[in-house]
Amino acid sequence: MPMLIDTIDDQTARAACARQGNRPDGLIEILHDIQASAGFVSDAAIATLADALNLSRAEVLGVVSFYHDFKRQPGARHVLKLCRAEACQAAGGDAAAAEIERRLGALGVTEGDEPALEIRSVYCLGNCALSPAALLDETPIGRIDADRLMSELVAREIVEAEPQ
Amino acid sequence: MNTPPDRIFIPGDSAAISVGADQVADQLAAALPDTCRIIRNGSRGLFWLEPLVEIERDGERRGFGPVTPGDIADLVAAGFPDDHRLALGPVAAIPQLARQQRLIFARCGLNDPLDLDAWIATGGRAGLDTARALTPDAIIETVKTSGLRGRGGAGFPAGIKWETASKAKGDQTWLCCNADEGDSGTYADRLLMEGDPFTLIAGMCIAARAIGATGGLVYLRSEYPHAIRTLTAAIGIWCEAGLFAGLGDGDHFDIEVRTGAGAYICGEESSMLNSLEGKRGEVRAKPPIPAISGLFGQPTIVNNVLTLASVPWILEHGGEAYRDFGTGRSRGTQAFQLAGDIRHGALIELAFGVSLRTLIEDFGGGTRSGRPLRAVQVGGPLGAYLADADLDVAMDYEALAAIGGMLGHGGIVVFNDTVDMARQARFAMEFCTIESCGKCTPCRVGATRGREMLDKIIAGEAVADNLALIEDLCELMTDGSLCAMGGLTPMPVRSAIQRFPEDFTRQAAE
Ligand SMILES: Cc1cc2nc3c(=O)[nH]c(=O)nc-3n(C[C@H](O)[C@H](O)[C@H](O)COP(=O)(O)O)c2cc1C
Ligand code: SF4
Ligand code: FES
Repeated sequence: MPMLIDTIDDQTARAACARQGNRPDGLIEILHDIQASAGFVSDAAIATLADALNLSRAEVLGVVSFYHDFKRQPGARHVLKLCRAEACQAAGGDAAAAEIERRLGALGVTEGDEPALEIRSVYCLGNCALSPAALLDETPIGRIDADRLMSELVAREIVEAEPQ
Repeated sequence: MNTPPDRIFIPGDSAAISVGADQVADQLAAALPDTCRIIRNGSRGLFWLEPLVEIERDGERRGFGPVTPGDIADLVAAGFPDDHRLALGPVAAIPQLARQQRLIFARCGLNDPLDLDAWIATGGRAGLDTARALTPDAIIETVKTSGLRGRGGAGFPAGIKWETASKAKGDQTWLCCNADEGDSGTYADRLLMEGDPFTLIAGMCIAARAIGATGGLVYLRSEYPHAIRTLTAAIGIWCEAGLFAGLGDGDHFDIEVRTGAGAYICGEESSMLNSLEGKRGEVRAKPPIPAISGLFGQPTIVNNVLTLASVPWILEHGGEAYRDFGTGRSRGTQAFQLAGDIRHGALIELAFGVSLRTLIEDFGGGTRSGRPLRAVQVGGPLGAYLADADLDVAMDYEALAAIGGMLGHGGIVVFNDTVDMARQARFAMEFCTIESCGKCTPCRVGATRGREMLDKIIAGEAVADNLALIEDLCELMTDGSLCAMGGLTPMPVRSAIQRFPEDFTRQAAE
């Protein structure tokens, strides 16, 4: 589970670089590594990476900003990826996503400084025969509907039960 | 009462897990005696039956599914009887499986995907063993004879690509497996990596021997955490067993898994190479082609997972035997993937040439909702929308191209009569705005303009004028884009307008 900390310790970033032999071609893996421990890629991390890999900060930032996976701000403790691509659209995914967003919004868990949950739209999770599909952190959930997803979130104590 | 089964199988595949396979496995473990082995196999790809529990007695496997955790107590107490409401009979005889021609997926779902001994016992290694006894040139000849074409979408002949790379000069030669599988409606690469990773590794080893590769990389999308774990573990087991020995250049070859970072464009091979170099995933201009100058400027083969996983069968049985499957210039088998509003969503591996109708109606059982089918998108987000009248098309590269479509990676997404095709066309443009690498104007700016035009059409504003503008824009994007992202986005848009014009003029008419 990604942990939230305010600043990235220089050592964490250096260790991530060292694990890839300080090679610039390992940058994507390094960024995944940093994000897994810190939850996002901070300015301090970018400075350290640039130094350790012998790249400019602009180069590192250019890479970070290119990929949808990398976040520049602290994120939520849990990420719910909802597939919004065609096979999930064809199985009613848009309506399910809208209702999930509405109900989570009503619970107030997707907003604030340290939200419990972030909803992200993704385009195909490779579970298109059991669509609509979702990925809650690393747990795949197929044939989602709002009720099923909400009870899953409650069961995992990610959100509290909705008021009746 | 029946005796307890010898072995019982419940998939560890992520699709099966997405509908409760882990909970079913827990219940089984609690309810069965310790003498009964529970094996987490790969999925057979018959997803509407997941979680599919298989009971093995006297070497025969009988299926039950879809099983919920609540069914287990009852099933175990009754001894998994043949007359249970979830009983499916012998798994190998389930019609949608029995009627397939599984070459690539022959072993997927049979065993624990990480059980190397079981994989070898079922003959998995035969293709690689044959390749070890052949010269690199002879391997390439065999692949050329087979007629194998790339399964990632472009359909380029694999043998010719390998030959080019093997002759190209460089200090290193790279083998990159494209496991980015970004196309909506496709999951075949994932199913194989989670269900039979050794077959992919064997295919990569054969390719490495053919081209004298110094290193192998698999670019695997981050959306597939299970596949990343399974494939990484499988590579470790393969290495431990010494199976990398004697391959590639200077007898040294190994495979590393690299994780993508959520960019669809990184499935395009030159963008993928930039990403593998740690850079922004921008598309590179061609020439040079990667086979001449690819990763770090060295000769590089990029092949899709299924292209590489087809190779062990070809080496084992010969190029001619493979070429006997299929039709015209589409040879061998294709993994068709049924998705969307479909009753029996499944991976169907069959020789090229089967009709789309057979796949959707006979194998897929029509829509899951029970509503009439209205549109089918074949070939991922850049593929054409087809109508019911098109369903008799033969599923091969040329026949699909002849009706303005493409096979892509083999995804088939079924939509029912509630679909609004103007919204689907708009989504195609929107997807391109989200995923464009931004390198060329027709795609970067064109897609945004296209989405705006479709918004106007949907709102009923100057519909005829905007439809004319969209047509011009589509022509510009098709002709002027650097890669197929911008170049093919017009395909779903135009096909939707051509086949379902009423959806684009409805607002104006009202
Ligand atoms: C926008 C775009 C996305 C692509 N995505 C993939 C993909 O996810 N997987 C893949 O194998 N090929 C993909 N391709 C095709 C690759 O560029 C390339 O043709 C393929 O990996 C070559 O391998 P093959 O000859 O075995 O098919 C994509 C192409 C484009 C233009
Ligand atoms: S067509 Fe789009 S994705 Fe392809 S190179 Fe141009 S901007 Fe990039
Ligand atoms: S389109 Fe949603 S999982 Fe593939």
